[in-house]
Amino acid sequence: MSVASEVVTVQVLLFARFAELLGTERVALALPRPASLQAVVDRLLAMPGGAGLPPRPLLAVNQAQAPPETLLQDGDEVAVLPPLAGG
Amino acid sequence: MKWRCCRRLREADVAFLRESPLDLAGLIAAVTTSERGGVASFLGLVRNHHAGREVLRLEYSAYAPMAERECAAVLAEAHARWPMAQVALEHRIGTLKIGDAAVAVAAAAPHRDEAFAACRYVIEEVKRRVPIWKREHYADGTVGWVDPTAPGGSVPARPEAGQAS
Repeated sequence: MSVASEVVTVQVLLFARFAELLGTERVALALPRPASLQAVVDRLLAMPGGAGLPPRPLLAVNQAQAPPETLLQDGDEVAVLPPLAGG
Repeated sequence: MKWRCCRRLREADVAFLRESPLDLAGLIAAVTTSERGGVASFLGLVRNHHAGREVLRLEYSAYAPMAERECAAVLAEAHARWPMAQVALEHRIGTLKIGDAAVAVAAAAPHRDEAFAACRYVIEEVKRRVPIWKREHYADGTVGWVDPTAPGGSVPARPEAGQAS
């Protein structure tokens, strides 16, 4: 079995307060397959500064909002969105 | 860190986000035709107070590619619901001072009902769906992220090193 079939690699984008908490705007994560969006959140929660994240933040995959059970594909762009405050 | 503003916008990539002052008159001109005799507009300005605290200035940042897609989707929905209406929208990002326009919507339709309805729909959906964030600088020297879900409406932010608030 190749390594590519065992892990899913995604780019995670962090914004606003969440970028401040984790000290970065972007992190690449390799997750065991099958990898859900919630698995990204769980990994972030365990990172330094990640404890300040809400356990169920607003999430997006490839620039569209998605529920936490969404399964991720290699190369997906995941975004973890703080409460929106536009307008 | 660059969270104060998203990556510099490239003109070719953006239709709705602006780093320069908004132009409501330009939006109105863009949607008005001789068939559309009703024009409604909304302008959201930076307030000098939030939840009882004096605000000096604020910074808007965005997840720009998704914000652009959501803005386009909101306008498409407005057009589907009010086919005779034409709506234009701009949202500012970057550092704004009190009184600056943060968001502008202009809706034109043959009659006022559709114009008001389409304008209202677009501003409400923008506030609900478009990934944009606000970082407020308060008169007491502290900084906060606006969070409509938090008690008090904001959560403390880290002041920038080497810059007075």
